Amino acid sequence: MQKAIAIAVTNLRKRYGELEAVRGIDFEVAEGECFALLGPNGAGKTTTVEILEGYRDRDAGEVEVLGFDPARGGRDLRERVGIVLQSSGHFRELTVREVLELFGGYYPRPRATGEVIDLVGLGDKAGARIKTLSGGQQRRLDLALGLVGDPDLLFLDEPTTGFDPSARRRSWELIESLRELGKTILLTTHYMDEAQNLADRVAILAAGRVVAAGTPDSLGGRDEGEALIAFRLPAGVSLDDLPPGLGARPLLREDRVELRATEPTRALNALTGWALARGEELDALTVTRPSLEDVYLRLTNAPEPAHA
Amino acid sequence: MPDPAVTAAGRPSDLGLLWRQVRAQNKLFLRNPFSAFFSLAFPVMFLLLFGSLNGNGRIEELGNIRYIQFLAPGMLAFAVISTCYTGLVTGVAINRDEGLLKRVRGTPLPPWVYITARIGSAVWFSMVSAVVMVVAAVLLFRVEVIGRMLPAAVVTLLLGAGCFCALGMAVAAVIPNGEAAPVIANFTFFPIAFVSDLFFPTAGAPAWVGTVGSIFPVKHFAVALEDTFNPFVRGSGFQWGHLAVMALWTVIGVVVAVRFFRWEPKVDAPGGGRRRSGRASRVTEAAEG
Repeated sequence: MQKAIAIAVTNLRKRYGELEAVRGIDFEVAEGECFALLGPNGAGKTTTVEILEGYRDRDAGEVEVLGFDPARGGRDLRERVGIVLQSSGHFRELTVREVLELFGGYYPRPRATGEVIDLVGLGDKAGARIKTLSGGQQRRLDLALGLVGDPDLLFLDEPTTGFDPSARRRSWELIESLRELGKTILLTTHYMDEAQNLADRVAILAAGRVVAAGTPDSLGGRDEGEALIAFRLPAGVSLDDLPPGLGARPLLREDRVELRATEPTRALNALTGWALARGEELDALTVTRPSLEDVYLRLTNAPEPAHA
Repeated sequence: MPDPAVTAAGRPSDLGLLWRQVRAQNKLFLRNPFSAFFSLAFPVMFLLLFGSLNGNGRIEELGNIRYIQFLAPGMLAFAVISTCYTGLVTGVAINRDEGLLKRVRGTPLPPWVYITARIGSAVWFSMVSAVVMVVAAVLLFRVEVIGRMLPAAVVTLLLGAGCFCALGMAVAAVIPNGEAAPVIANFTFFPIAFVSDLFFPTAGAPAWVGTVGSIFPVKHFAVALEDTFNPFVRGSGFQWGHLAVMALWTVIGVVVAVRFFRWEPKVDAPGGGRRRSGRASRVTEAAEG
C-alpha cells in the first residue's frame, strides 16, 4: 500500500446514553509515524482507539484505518493491525511459546515465535505457563501478541501503566525499535514523559475533544511564548535592586528569583548587563520553557462538564 | 511454522484454524484440574455412590430393570450436561470478564471459528467422559450395552451435547458477569435435574413433576438415553419425540446465543469512576467516556 496516511479521523463523535464521550475529534497519523493520544482518564482516549480498532461503532464522523472503515474492515483489516489493549485476559494454562504460535497462526505472515519472544525479553520464560508470569511479564506478552502478526499498524493502549521505571525504559526502547522497522504506532498514555520520548506528534484530549496537537516540543506554544528565568539572589541584594526592563515582575521564592519573561532575550540582556556592571555572579541561573507537563495541566484543567 | 492448509493469499484456512483452536481449547481444558473434575470425576462419583447404594434394586415402571441399568445412562447425560452446559456457561462468562474474548476478537481469527472450537472441545470431552462412564459402568456394575440400540445412543449423546452447548452459549450470552455464572449454571440445572429422571425415575411422582420435567430438555435427553439402555425397549431405540424436543431447544439456544452474544463485559452505568479491580475485570473506558 502506497498511501501516506495510516489513520484519518474527521469529526468523530460517540455518545453513551447521556454521556458524550467523544465530541468531534480530528487527527491524522502518517505511515511510519508514532502518534500519541495524551489525556486524563475519561478524556475519550480509549473510546477513540476502540473505534479505530473496530470494537465500537461511532455515532458520527469519518474514520479510515489503513484504507478501511474499521467498523466494516473485518478480517482484512485485523490481519494488518496489532492491538495491545489496556488489560485483557490470557490463555493462562498455555505457555508463552504455545500462545504465540497459536496467535501467529491466525495471520498470513506471522513473525517467528522465537524472534518475538526475544524481542520482548521473555526468552527465559518461553516454556512457562502464562499464569506463572508476573504482571510486567504478562504485559510484555501482551506486546508480543500484538507483534506476532507482523502488523503494519500497532495500537498501544497505555502500554506501560503500572511498570517500574526500568521496565518502562525497556518498553520504550522496544517501541522505538518498532518505529525503526517502519511500523505505524498509535499510543495512548497519561504519562507526559512517555509521549515526549516516543511520539513524533501528540494530541492532548480533554473531555472528548482535542485541545492541542503538535510535536511534543511545540505543543501548546512551548517553543514560543514566555520562558522562566531563575537565579539565586546575590547576597546583600534585594528585589528592588534589580534593573528595570525585565518585562515582568520578579518573584522571590526562598532565595531564588523567578521571572516569567515574554521576551527572554531582552530580559536576560538587562539582567546580565546589570550583574556584570555590579560585578555580581548570578548563581544557578536557568532559562526554561514550560514543560510538556505544564502545558498538559494547563490544557486539561480547563473547566469540564459536570460528569467528567 | 508452515501450515499445509493455507489459501493462495497466505491466509490460513478456516478448517486449519478450527483444528488448531480446538486443540488449544483441549489443552486448556486438560490443564485445568477443575474443569476435568466437574465434567468427569463428579458424574463418575455419583455413579459409584448411587450404584453401590442401590445398584441392584429393581424399577417396576421400567419392566423391572436394575436401577444401575437406568442410572448409568442418566449419569452419561449428567456428564454431557456438566461438560457442555455448566462448563461453557462458566468458562465463557469468566473469559469474557477477563477480557480474553475481547483479545481474541481483535485478531483475524473468524469469530465463528473461536465459538465452534469451544463447542467442539466441549463435545469432545463430553464424549470422552461418556466413554469412561460406560466402561466404568460395564466393568464395575455389569451394565449391559445393547448393540442394536448403540447407534441411537450415540446419536442421542451427540444431539444432547450439541443442545446443551447451544444452551450454554445462550445462557453465557445473557448473564451479567462471570461471578454469577456458576450460580446461574447450577441453579438452572440441578432443580430441573431432580424432576428429569436423571438420578431416579419420576414415574410414581405427582403429575406436576412430570409436567415440569417435560418442559425442559434435560428429561428428554435423559429418558431418550436411558431407553437405549433398556433391554425391554424394542427396535433401534431412536426416541424421535424426545429428540425433536431436544432439537427445538437447540434451535432456541442458537437463536438466543447468536442474538445476544457479547465479546466484552457489560459496562456499568456511565458516570462512575474508572474501576480497576485486579486483572480479572477492568471496566473499559466506554463506561465512563
